Parts: sequence; structure tokens; C-alpha cells
Amino acid sequence: MDNETMTVIPEAFTGYIAVVKRECDTCRLIEPALQSAAQARELRVYSQDDPAFPPSLQDVIDERALELSYRLNIEIVPTLIQVENGEERARLVGWQREAWRRLTGLPELGAGLPEFSPGCGSKSLEPGMPEKLAFKFGDTLLQARRIEVASQQDEHELMFERGWSDGLPLVPPTEERVLNMLSGATRSPDEIIGIIPPDNVPCTIEKVAINAVMAGCKPEYLPVVLAAVEAACLDEFCMHGVLATTYFSAPIVIVNGPVAAQIGMNWSHNVLGQGNRANSTIGRALQLVIRNVGGGRPGGVDRATLGQPGKIGFCFAEREQDSCWESLAVERGFSPDQSTVTLFAGGGVHPVGDQKSRRPESLTRSLALSLQTVYHRKIYGSTDALLIISPENMRVFREAGWSKARFREALDEALTVDGRDIVAGAGGVAEGMPKKLADKRLTKFRSDGLLIAHAGGGAGMWSAVITGWGRSGAHGSVPVTVAIKS
Amino acid sequence: MPALLDPTSELRPAQREALPRPKSLSGSRVALLDISKPRGDVFLDHLEAKLGEMGVDARRYRKPTFTRVAPVDLKHKIASECDIVIEALAD
Repeated sequence: MDNETMTVIPEAFTGYIAVVKRECDTCRLIEPALQSAAQARELRVYSQDDPAFPPSLQDVIDERALELSYRLNIEIVPTLIQVENGEERARLVGWQREAWRRLTGLPELGAGLPEFSPGCGSKSLEPGMPEKLAFKFGDTLLQARRIEVASQQDEHELMFERGWSDGLPLVPPTEERVLNMLSGATRSPDEIIGIIPPDNVPCTIEKVAINAVMAGCKPEYLPVVLAAVEAACLDEFCMHGVLATTYFSAPIVIVNGPVAAQIGMNWSHNVLGQGNRANSTIGRALQLVIRNVGGGRPGGVDRATLGQPGKIGFCFAEREQDSCWESLAVERGFSPDQSTVTLFAGGGVHPVGDQKSRRPESLTRSLALSLQTVYHRKIYGSTDALLIISPENMRVFREAGWSKARFREALDEALTVDGRDIVAGAGGVAEGMPKKLADKRLTKFRSDGLLIAHAGGGAGMWSAVITGWGRSGAHGSVPVTVAIKS
Repeated sequence: MPALLDPTSELRPAQREALPRPKSLSGSRVALLDISKPRGDVFLDHLEAKLGEMGVDARRYRKPTFTRVAPVDLKHKIASECDIVIEALAD
């Protein structure tokens, strides 16, 4: 028995403990059995909701604070526990007449009662209660500094004043809310998840949870947020540069696998827009971690000239269920039943509208025209892109039987041009590729620099291009994918 | 209102004073750090020539990429070999 338990059961106690509540039918049903057991044995009855219940028993212990229930992990009432010298020997949940008779050694116990009657849930497990009890009775592992809010102070204004906000209101990160958030994952709050740029600060799961609370996440989103933070800390993603650049880039989070449906993410109508809590808050939580833990703030290390609205947070799920192509994550080496996040250092959304292409050859060339403008029409090979194909555009490829590989092959061809057309000075534009490449054939994207995902609502012949960072590749940022842990 | 948990790194860096500006460059070893961004070398070439005319011991260093902070080894090398650093941010 650990020290915590000893505070609720005296070391010298030998006998029985019964935990009950008035609102439980079974607890009321077995009152005669409790009464006779109390007469024959050393029995302590703890009542979770009413110290006057059961009325026929003397010395019922008021358990409304639920401390014993919390410390003994009571899940069901009634629970009967046999204790010897302060240590638990056996436990029964619900009413099981024969088992109660054996445990108490009273062969006539509960005569006239049914053989079996299931119990009810313990009050210590009601929604929100475990976190409250952990806060009240548990040894909290939370290490973060406490910021007191004065009685006349508005906590929302305090959070703005302290610079925690991205400009939008935050959910105040109270200890209860943070504990509740941490219940969404199985990892220890003090585990270091990574080194957060730009200040290169070791970041605990607890700090991520605090920022996830502020972002508005539900606890079940936490594993996705943690994976996104882990991905952002990978050296090849180069989060420091993605943040520090004058360019538009921000970590865009693409979620694949079963978790998207489990936590209610949007991959359909307005998938890149507002309105879905998971999409909106997961990306925001990552950005708040970079802001608050990493110290990355606009005008500070974030030197973006213009930025883009997705820097508040940009997260969406791929529409996998009716895609005729393998998902982004599968292409990147994961199995379809694995949940993953992929991080892409992306700028804003560039719409592609083609209302006439009904053949894959035409649509591919059409999409290539838009993809050629990524970063600059005359700059090739330096900037990745994310192409989001909508269901109506995908239909063209499905009906023609085109695989994703075939589409990629045709796209590559359509994205390869004569160097002379895009070198510096060509077309009267100083910007462009080095003149020495004039006689070469040049391809827009490096070999693994074009990500393709399926998403969007069922109607609308639109697709979208999201421009990568101008410094894509080994010397800048490459997209990263990590598996989501529980 | 219950207390809020601090979402920040809780870092409170000690106040760091800037070193006094050197009165003269003579006798100093000057690092010219190229961060590998286009045309930074043009700027540093000019500086190197000017410093050479002044008889100053100028040495060239280069970060592998401007997208990342300088590797620790490079920082140590510069710190152990030079007294002053001039960094070209370029573009």
C-alpha cells in the first residue's frame, strides 16, 4: 500500500469498507445486507452523495469529498473491500450475493435479495471529476510557474498583456484544464518532446498541453498536437528558418489516417477554411508553442515581410475515404491504418480554376500552368509545393483510370521547360534562373518536392496550390511525416 | 480566478551588456562571416580589401547555410581565433 492510501485507511484497520451512494438503485437495494454485515463485522460504510444514507446504519462516513474514492480508485458503487491491517485484500463491485457471502464469511447475507444486481458509476468518475480530484488530492506533476490573477483582473486581458496570444482570445490555462488536456495522451507531463526554436528551449509535454488548452483544443487532439510539435523539431524541417525568413512560410499540418475521423476533423467542404474545431485549434496550438515556448514572435525572430493568415494555424485532414489514389502519408512510407501528421513549410492558398478539362491530359497541363507560378514563374527547383486535388478534379483521373504515379509522371513532363524561357532577363524580367542554364531543360520541383493530397467538398472544379518556402530542400526545409503516438 | 499555468519557456536571461566598441581595429583579428546568402560575399570582399589596406588581420568564415544558426564548432572557431566579428546579412 502506498502512502496516499494509508492516509485514508488507518494502518491498524482490519475489516471491510463499503462505498455507496443514495442515487444508486443497487446501493438502496442492498441496505439490509449492509445492515446485517455491519452488525456482524467491522464495516465502514462511505456514502458518496448523502451521509444520511443508508438510513438504517449508524456512523456512515461522509464521502462527498470523494477522497477515499479517488485514492482507492473506486469505479463502481457499491464496492466492498476487505482490509487487513490497513491493506486491501480483496474487492467486489456491484451486488454479487454469493461473492459477498464468501468475502464476509456470512452465509446468510442478503437472504431475500436477488443473486446479482449491477452497480452504478462512482461519483469520482463523473465527467470532469477525475481531473478535479487529481488537482485536489493528487501529487500533481505540473511544474509550470503559476501566474496569479488578481481579483480585479480580467484573465483574458492578462493573457494578452503577457504576450501569450496570437491576437485572438485564448482559453485560460488553469491547472484543471491542463490536467484534463493531459488526460488525452498517455505520456508523462515532464517528458521532453523536443527543442523548440528559435530560442532552442527544451519543451515538456506539459508546456504543449498548456498551449493546447489556450488554443482551444480538446484533450483528444493532444496526440496530434504532440506529433506536430515533434515534427517541427526535426532538423530537416528547419523550423527556425521557416520562422525567421522574410517569406510567407508557416508549418502546415496535414493529418492522415484513422485519427482524423476519430477526433472529428474536416477534410470536406471548406477544408482549408474556418469552422472545424480540430482543424482550427491543432494548427494554432503548434504556433502557440513556437510563440510561447520557442519565443518566436512577429517582428522578433519571425521576420516575415507580409506573412499570411495561415500563420494563426493551418491544419487539415486528407479526404481518404473516396480517394482513388494512395494518401500523402502512404506515399511517404506509412500504412493506411497509421495516423500521421505531415508538416509542410507553406505559404498561402492559390486557387486553381479549370471548368473545362474533362480529360486527364488537359487537366494535368492545366494544373501545371498554376504550379509553374509557385514562388515565381521563372524560378525553378528551389521551392516545394503542396497540390490539393478536389473530388471533382479527382473524378477526371478516376474515370480515365490514372494512378497517382501516372499523374505525377505527366505532371513532371508538363513542368519541364526550356531554360532559355526562364533565365534572368528573359521576357524583359530581371528575375530568373542563372543564364548558364539557358540550354538546359529545367523541372519546376526537386524530385520529392511536390506533395499531393485529396481534400475538399464534393462540388466544385477547383484545386489548390500551396507554395512552399523559397528555401525548400536539404539546405532549407523538407516536408516531414511522423506517426501519432497515443 | 484560479492561477494560470505559464505557457512560456520561463527563461529569464541575465542582462547581458554589450562589449565596449573597440577604439581602433589595429592589432585586432577581425572575422568576416558569410552566412551563405547571395551577394554577402560581394560585401565582404569589399570589407576585406579595405581592412587589408588598413593593415588589419581579417579572416573569412562561412556558415553552411543561412537557414540555420551557425554550427557550434564554427562559433567556437571564430571565438578562439578572432576579437571582432563582422557578419554580412546580404540580399
